[in-house]
Amino acid sequence: MTATTETQADLSAEIAKIEADAEGQTQEGKPSRQPLLDYPPYRSSILRHPTKDPRHADPETIELWAPCFGHSDVDPLEADLTIAGSNEPIGERITVSGRVLDGEGRPVRNQLVEIWQANSAGRYVHKREQHPAPLDPNFTGVGRCITDAEGRYRFQTIKPGPYPWGNHINAWRPAHIHFSLFGRAFTQRLITQMYFPSDPLFALDPIYQSITSQKDRDALVARYDHDLSVPEYSMGYSWDIVVTGPSRTWTEPEEGDL
Amino acid sequence: MSTIPTQIASGSASATPGQTIGPFFGYALPYEGDADLVPPGSPGSIRLHGWVYDGAGNPIPDALLEIWQTDADGNVPQAEGSLHRDGWTFTGWGRAGTDLHGHYSFSTVLPGAAGEGRVPFFALTVFARGLLDKLQTRIYLPEHPANAGDPLLVSLSEDERATLVATADATGLRFDIHLQGDRETTFLNYG
Repeated sequence: MTATTETQADLSAEIAKIEADAEGQTQEGKPSRQPLLDYPPYRSSILRHPTKDPRHADPETIELWAPCFGHSDVDPLEADLTIAGSNEPIGERITVSGRVLDGEGRPVRNQLVEIWQANSAGRYVHKREQHPAPLDPNFTGVGRCITDAEGRYRFQTIKPGPYPWGNHINAWRPAHIHFSLFGRAFTQRLITQMYFPSDPLFALDPIYQSITSQKDRDALVARYDHDLSVPEYSMGYSWDIVVTGPSRTWTEPEEGDL
Repeated sequence: MSTIPTQIASGSASATPGQTIGPFFGYALPYEGDADLVPPGSPGSIRLHGWVYDGAGNPIPDALLEIWQTDADGNVPQAEGSLHRDGWTFTGWGRAGTDLHGHYSFSTVLPGAAGEGRVPFFALTVFARGLLDKLQTRIYLPEHPANAGDPLLVSLSEDERATLVATADATGLRFDIHLQGDRETTFLNYG
């Protein structure tokens, strides 16, 4: 990783300018794509974003269907990230649960959800990880599940820690869990990150700030849910996810549709 | 029980924004057999492979690609089992990370057309560190007679069209992806 001399103040100034420009654009009736792909404060994006707008394509049959996953693909135990080792992982035990919905509010049923995350010290189990925080032999930070009939997922895990990265001097990522989701159609594929409420690093983080509207940023922040907390055991967070994009039309309402 | 935001009930929900896949997906998303939609070398199998490049022409070693396709007869697969492949069931979906040289490789079959006059292609999703949201596009087959009538291909310039058509090689097909630059791949939206 190349050394950088840019400070958080330099980055924060860039972030503020882009957000101000984006607000001006929205007022002209041209809402920006969320997140912006061309977002220089996230240095790695500079050479990795397309410079041309995407071309419109009318979706063909294959694009209106999603790949099919099911219970033969995922063991129910994969939804519990706290049982990978012989002992309890270190950290704050949490339950993360919510629903996967399409743009019409219909549940995305029987579909794959994958997550990965750092441990409570902010360290990933990854060979390229350089952060000198301790690994936890009882935590790998990888989970999968299949959504139920209401589109609901549920993971048992520990709260990830923030971690430093080389984007600029003193750059820290807010604590987050990576989520990978498949909707009802190929067009609805989504990989994103779930954050925790009131993180002091939000304003400083170029990846989170690449979404230039506060309302859209808020959609990535889980809600503390006391009803999901388990007495004497764990804290609960709720987070619903909406995947949009054309899918095949439904010829008959399914049981439980909203 | 979590509540459903009102904008969803009214049918006008906005999408949850994407975020970059980041640098650390390598121990989480790839899995054994992920890129082998059919066993390599099995009858009818081809290799679909290529390299992924950034705007400076450097290979991207931390990209993740996913393909989704019809079977050889043009049917949309609806069989589960992509994560635990049994060697017999064609699920139509696969995932391949790029290696240190930016190279990816799938073992699969040529997709069939979904109907008369329809054009077969692989649907492709691209993720990478540094890429803040997914990109999606199509990999068309070289010299397929139906390509000439495909509405998308027809709407593109010759240079753009060339970025979406694979080339034949000794083992199957090669398809390179340029996230940026002179040969920038044409990406799609379906909205």
